[in-house]
Amino acid sequence: MNFSKIYALGLRHIYLIMNSFPRVLDLIYWPTVQIFLWGFISKFFTLNSEYYSNTVGVILTAAILYDFLFRASISFNMMFLEEIWSRNFTNLFIAPIKIREIIAALTLTAIIRTLIGLVPAVLIAIPLFGVSVLKLGVPLIFLLLALYFFGITLGLLVTSGLLRYGPSFENIAWASLFFLAPLGCIYYPIEILPTYLQYIANILPLVHIFEEMRNILMTSNAEYSNILKAILISLIYFVFGVVVFYVSYFGAKKRGTLINMGE
Amino acid sequence: MFIEIKKLTKIYNNYLAVNEINFLIEKNRTVGLLGPNGCGKTTTIGMILGLVSPTNGEIFIENKNINSFKRDEILKRFNFASPYVELPKKLTVKQNLEIYGRLYGIKNLDFRINEISSDLDIKNFFKRKTGELSSGQKNRVSLAKALINKPEILLLDEPTASLDPDIGDFIRSYIQEYKTKNKVTILLASHNMAEVERLCNSIIMMKKGEILDSGTCEELIKKHGRNNLEETFLKLARS
Repeated sequence: MNFSKIYALGLRHIYLIMNSFPRVLDLIYWPTVQIFLWGFISKFFTLNSEYYSNTVGVILTAAILYDFLFRASISFNMMFLEEIWSRNFTNLFIAPIKIREIIAALTLTAIIRTLIGLVPAVLIAIPLFGVSVLKLGVPLIFLLLALYFFGITLGLLVTSGLLRYGPSFENIAWASLFFLAPLGCIYYPIEILPTYLQYIANILPLVHIFEEMRNILMTSNAEYSNILKAILISLIYFVFGVVVFYVSYFGAKKRGTLINMGE
Repeated sequence: MFIEIKKLTKIYNNYLAVNEINFLIEKNRTVGLLGPNGCGKTTTIGMILGLVSPTNGEIFIENKNINSFKRDEILKRFNFASPYVELPKKLTVKQNLEIYGRLYGIKNLDFRINEISSDLDIKNFFKRKTGELSSGQKNRVSLAKALINKPEILLLDEPTASLDPDIGDFIRSYIQEYKTKNKVTILLASHNMAEVERLCNSIIMMKKGEILDSGTCEELIKKHGRNNLEETFLKLARS
């Protein structure tokens, strides 16, 4: 890995954000709206639901963590799509940068985009709804890590689709996370799902992450074995995502789609 | 021999884009790749750049199979410019050159950016976003990016397409001057016969994925009994 090349590719996306105030606004706008929406829903449930009565902000914390996952994945996809939209794809793929350095650059830069969007929203939630994700304590770092790897995995799978099918695959980029959300048990326990769907949900890291989040908020105790399980599952998916990306890259070379990928 | 292409073939599904082509390019020479649209020029360039994997055949650089080089090792010796490939539109000219300079691992990058920018007269729009530039300005920036690493092998795909005669002449003059001052091997795909006559030491004529003929400009004109390269091209393209 050549870190100066990873930095160079990251810099390309940082310049892109810095050059456009509307772009920064767009990054902040959607997470903030989400926090407001789920903040009020959370407040309503807290006041009216027995299940949530003793745990202020479970739903809002879930919404914040889910948004972190969503932003990580979308950031990865967006940075890749930027290369297609700007017709810079060929220049990027003929530059002396390894494919794993491209993946590393997108993975590391996605965190910056994600945090630009999410940090203001998280800070707003503290005075406005009295909810802070920091209440999760040290396990929060590991939960975010698991979410980040899974978000990037989804990004890798979508970009693999873009390599395979071209820009027409773009719509899938936006839909990918909504497809998994019902199985992720973000806002409800896994027992709500029919038994056959529980089997599928259990092989996703999301269930373990959000179950553990609820567990910590309700009992103030962290089950590190669950967190470890979530991280391991996320890492397995991440490795799978990287393999699929490589397969798609070599497939794109075979089909010749790298040379005329554009808007 | 610097670049050697042996029986290079590309089949997309059932479409034969390039059919067992063979050619050689000597070091520091400029070779023109001519042929009608869809004859396989861009696919050939794509295979040399590693963007398209050949169905069959081999590419050698200095007698070494291109596949035996590490990807980043070989690509830092190459560069490419085409009006159909752009630089990120929302980044300024300087930012784009900085990013690509870093990707190509250029030492003394500021000096190199200054040097190439003065040569190509792009300094006065350094701080403008690339997407806001005219075609001629974009073309010069694209060429600056293609030369930022002082490539040993430069691939140019219609470098003056859609440019006005003045800017087109500026680009051609610059390439002509650059190749006399620097050690560079150029493969130039073009539809502009005057450009090819002016810049190239030899020419490869392609049609339907095959090489119809090759040689120097004078040799081809004489061989096909025509008055100039354009007439020779038309004869071969319509044959």
